[in-house]
Amino acid sequence: MKTDNNTLLEVKHAKKFFYGNKKLLQKERSVVKAVNDVSFSIAEGETFGIVGESGCGKSTLGRTIIQLLKPTEGEILYKGTDLSTLSGEEMRKLRKKIQIIFQDPYASLNPRMTVRELIQAPLDVFSDLSAQEKLDKVKSIMEKVGLREEYMGKYPHEFSGGQRQRIVIARALILEPEFIFCDEPVSALDVSVRAQVLNLMKDLQKEFGLTYLFISHDLSVVRFLCDRIAVMYLGRIVEIADKEELYDNAKHPYTEALLSAIPVPDVDVKRTPVLLEGDIPSPYNPPSGCLFHTRCRYAKECCKTQVPQMTEISKDHMVACHRYT
Amino acid sequence: MEPLLQVKNLKTCFKINKKWVPAVEEVSFHVAQGETLGIVGESGCGKSVTSMSILRLLPKATTQIEADSILFQGKDISRLTDREITEVRGKEIGMIFQDSMTSLNPVKTVGKQLDEAFLIHQMCSSQQAKEESIGMLKKVGIPSPEKRYGEYPHQLSGGMRQRVMIAMALAQSPSLIIADEPTTALDVTIQAQIMELLKEMKEKTGVSIMLITHDMGVVADMADKIMVMYAGMVIEYGTTREIFKSPWHPYTQGLLASIPRKDRDIDRLHTIEGTVPTLSTMPPGCRFCDRCEHATDRCRKERPKMYVHGDRRIGCFLYEEKGGGSDEN
Repeated sequence: MKTDNNTLLEVKHAKKFFYGNKKLLQKERSVVKAVNDVSFSIAEGETFGIVGESGCGKSTLGRTIIQLLKPTEGEILYKGTDLSTLSGEEMRKLRKKIQIIFQDPYASLNPRMTVRELIQAPLDVFSDLSAQEKLDKVKSIMEKVGLREEYMGKYPHEFSGGQRQRIVIARALILEPEFIFCDEPVSALDVSVRAQVLNLMKDLQKEFGLTYLFISHDLSVVRFLCDRIAVMYLGRIVEIADKEELYDNAKHPYTEALLSAIPVPDVDVKRTPVLLEGDIPSPYNPPSGCLFHTRCRYAKECCKTQVPQMTEISKDHMVACHRYT
Repeated sequence: MEPLLQVKNLKTCFKINKKWVPAVEEVSFHVAQGETLGIVGESGCGKSVTSMSILRLLPKATTQIEADSILFQGKDISRLTDREITEVRGKEIGMIFQDSMTSLNPVKTVGKQLDEAFLIHQMCSSQQAKEESIGMLKKVGIPSPEKRYGEYPHQLSGGMRQRVMIAMALAQSPSLIIADEPTTALDVTIQAQIMELLKEMKEKTGVSIMLITHDMGVVADMADKIMVMYAGMVIEYGTTREIFKSPWHPYTQGLLASIPRKDRDIDRLHTIEGTVPTLSTMPPGCRFCDRCEHATDRCRKERPKMYVHGDRRIGCFLYEEKGGGSDEN
């Protein structure tokens, strides 16, 4: 794992468990280990991607990191400070630096606020600028994300999905944050619009020196945007590597299957998908040992009982699989 | 050989604010026996409306469907009465929808729902229907089908439910299946399973498939022919190889270039500037003209016809002269 001096965020053994109610005759409360012993770090200016299928805990992990959910265990260090030890007031100050872009631009914009009010809202909360200064800032940020000035008085329903996502991005950027958590920001968008938003995110990152935590289920989008990628399965990270390394030299059988399952828009690429048997096990009742052993074609006896630990197999490439320990 | 399905000049209008607005127009295409036709385009381009219009699944009060003809196995199904079209639906043309959770009845077991397919179209006892249903569940790769037969949709995973949908669509061994985004709601590893299943079923039964999707990867893998739609009209039609190797229409070119790839590093994605026009702001000429870099005054005023070049058809003035005649299909 990278431990450069410019580490912005470090996650150490983070866990987030959700507990159900204890039912009659049940010995213990049911528990979903949504995030289970996850560690990684993100360098300044880097885009760190987390991929996985639905229910693997990637959104919960992101929300835990930015303290929208309290971690059950573990540390989340932002520039060396443990976020979970901060008081409410200290955390509130830090929130200026940490912003979020949600998946659904239809649900994350208040339909009764104009574009100007929406983008300006963070300034109203956090800054003591004059009305004119705020307006100037809104104007300049709108230009940066490619929204015309005359849109300022319009309401979200007057915009298409791509433009709404631009509003969401403008709102996230107006406080000049350092770190942005992007939770599937382009999943709801059509192909041609998605390309526009992805390019925009890349440009803005360069211009403002942003660090992204990018969550997606789409490995093609992740390849375009991210520098380093973690693959999650049932609450655990199974592989972390640099982009090139992961796509050319995936080691974990799950990553392998995930990569081969994506259809390629090219008639000359012959796809031989590694078909996984069955479905993702229920997180209420996860398999013992390696969580993936029920669908893994290489599964051995020891996979059923022992949880594989993260092992560094080459520089910056970590895998949790018994084949590599 | 006569195609299995031939649609000529389909036009579907919706009633919006008391006005009839065309959602799809001048749509003509055919599906040959045993062929998979991929219909691609972005949301709102009319790909689902096209398929729903063929089966008349749209609400009658707010929809007007006109077509020169919709020939299915030589008979014009656009002239059938409502009663007659129900015979075609399910029995001769099966349908798979995107969202298996809302397409299945949550208060009936999947077995009972699957039985209906047999009980409605065939004279048989409920015992026979049950046997047939369990057989179908087995065919689509559902483990322990006897147990699953008695379960409710919420007890099944998304992939399993989509398998049940496929079993229902295939129950009456139809000659055509319309699959409307069959894998969109699924995770990639499950999507791969369902795509394999569809291919396997096609091989076994020889059924033709009309595959509607926005995912160019899925059509590249499954379709023989591709029809690209934009803003309610067909703009390009050709074999899968032709469309991917040398897309002609500026929109198709832009669409293919704007897809991020898992097998390639791309520094900047190609973009198509602007957005799709809405139903009420359709330009009078070519509907893509506002976003097209080759657009001329003519494109803005006059709507291009579908020009035919061999098996290929294209709706763009750039290809008017390349030896093509206008489309008489």
